[in-house]
Amino acid sequence: MAYLTDRKRATGLGSAREGTHHHWQMIVTAVLLLPLIVLFVFTFGAILGEPYEVVVAYYARPFPALVAGLTFLVGFVHFRGGVQTLIEDYVHGPARKPVLIGMIGLSYAAAAVGVFAVARLAL
Amino acid sequence: MVQLTLPKNSRMTTGKTWPRPEAATKVRKIQVYRWNPDDGKNPRLDTYFVDEDDCGPMVLDALIKIKNEIDPTLTFRRSCREGICGSCAMNIDGLNTLACIKGLDEVKGDIRIYPLPHMPVVKDLIPDLTHFYAQHASIMPWLETKTNEPSKEWKQSIEDREKLDGLYECVMCACCSTSCPSYWWNGDRYLGPAALLHAYRWIIDSRDEATGERLDDLEDPFKLYRCHTIMNCAKTCPKGLNPAKAISSIKQMMVERVV
Repeated sequence: MAYLTDRKRATGLGSAREGTHHHWQMIVTAVLLLPLIVLFVFTFGAILGEPYEVVVAYYARPFPALVAGLTFLVGFVHFRGGVQTLIEDYVHGPARKPVLIGMIGLSYAAAAVGVFAVARLAL
Repeated sequence: MVQLTLPKNSRMTTGKTWPRPEAATKVRKIQVYRWNPDDGKNPRLDTYFVDEDDCGPMVLDALIKIKNEIDPTLTFRRSCREGICGSCAMNIDGLNTLACIKGLDEVKGDIRIYPLPHMPVVKDLIPDLTHFYAQHASIMPWLETKTNEPSKEWKQSIEDREKLDGLYECVMCACCSTSCPSYWWNGDRYLGPAALLHAYRWIIDSRDEATGERLDDLEDPFKLYRCHTIMNCAKTCPKGLNPAKAISSIKQMMVERVV
């Protein structure tokens, strides 16, 4: 136990002078996802259950491929921000930073896999 | 990780059941959290019976009656008994509120009373609000000016004064902050709804000249951005205020500065 005043405990290390960028990024990606998710559901739903060749031909068209690629990209960037908030909320102590790095890495990896898969179908 | 279960020495036990009042016609069962730091025992839930025909209408009246007539060791804060001092904040029937303005008739069945959640307990229904008050002090809850003080007064239009409505009424009872899960998990760094509502009260005060500095000091992933608009604060506020709205307004101002 340290002999800190109550005020010093409350002030801590002071303000980080950041957080607004993250907040704004979450708003931007959330707004972008609104139309993207709708478009993705309709484009993906249109070929759900179709044979392999039909799906490949469908995703060779630019619109469905772009919608799917953007949905993966924006979706996982949004996921990255959300999972960061989640970890900051619930994981305390020395585990916080490694878990943050791991989950942020996983988010970018998932986005890359999604975009790569769509690119392979489209190109 | 956050602690989701109570530590061993905080787990509740069954307490003493006090005798029913004789010849009472309208008896109300009231269970109250009891903990004494000096006896080394776990907290317990004591059961009291209060005759509502011989008691004031509020929960605080019942607590005072218990303390005066049944068990003088019961400990709680109270002062104004009219919802203006914020002393008697406690968790009644699962909701943080002021005992003095919570009617006995507002609670159906037995009444359970606990101290404000997730705060260190000093004794019985008294939480330790030291950190809460220090956080309030840290947001500089006073008028900050740089212009030379006017000879008469700092003028404010009626419209600008109206912007403080819904903010200045806060009595710092801590009901909102202690109902907020974000404050439970990160209360050491997150300022909580009460302190942020007060911060906003000074940010939008037309006479205050430290708006930028105030926003600078709040811009922090933990001090401000732990608020996830859960809205428990607005639901529980015994004064009917909306701290979540104030926090949202601060966030909007932050974005205004950037975008």
